[in-house]
Amino acid sequence: MQPKGCIISGEMDAVFKALADESRRKLLDLLHQSSGQTLGELCRHLDMTRQAVTKHLRLLEAANLVAVVWHGREKLHYLNPVPIHEISERWIGKYERHRLQALSDLKRGLEKNQTNKKG
Amino acid sequence: MEKSKLVYSTFIRTTPKKLWDAITKPEFTRQYWGGAKNVSDWKKGSKWEHVFEKEADPVWITGKVLESVPPKRLVLSWADPDKLADLSRVTLEIEAIEDMVCLKVTHDKLKAGSKMLRGVSWGWPRVLSSMKTFLETGKGLNIFAGR
Repeated sequence: MQPKGCIISGEMDAVFKALADESRRKLLDLLHQSSGQTLGELCRHLDMTRQAVTKHLRLLEAANLVAVVWHGREKLHYLNPVPIHEISERWIGKYERHRLQALSDLKRGLEKNQTNKKG
Repeated sequence: MEKSKLVYSTFIRTTPKKLWDAITKPEFTRQYWGGAKNVSDWKKGSKWEHVFEKEADPVWITGKVLESVPPKRLVLSWADPDKLADLSRVTLEIEAIEDMVCLKVTHDKLKAGSKMLRGVSWGWPRVLSSMKTFLETGKGLNIFAGR
């Protein structure tokens, strides 16, 4: 039996499978911008049928990347970054992270300059 | 005023009792929560504090126990001791699922754009990963890594 929203075996398989799809990553992007959205709100930003969005959300829930909270009759979806944090804990040594942060800050800084120049 | 809400969940191979103890007992919290401890008698209406003993200003977070149903549900009010007016709320729900336990943390009533909102959205994923590792392996993670 698969408990609700849980991934007992292959916890990481479920996370990677969920992330291996452009539409699902887009859904996570939308929740990252504004967490706690209903299915209807999410559909407004996507060129997909409601049924397709529902299916993607179910997969994200099963991977524990999306947490669901009922607010009266509204089902609200929240981005749950904990499994992604666990992935980074697994492979990024604790001493490495500082350097990686510096690199990603540098990348962001350079890209920002690039955009400014274009603009 | 606009308020924000964060929801986190993690599945841990442990028991509800052990998870409850990990949250409420200082000898456990200091092993995975960056050396900090949560201090209270955990009775409804009591005060609770999140304390970093090593710091000059040791109390980082303070609040009241709003609900306490061991080992299932703990609701806390949550504020910076220097900004007691900005009170947010944390709900911890513990549910046993087969040989695992699901911990759901809902942090709401957070002021949009506040330092507290930024701080806790940085902190919760780290604390929860560290808590999971601690309960499953006996050793927590360095939650301040990279800061």
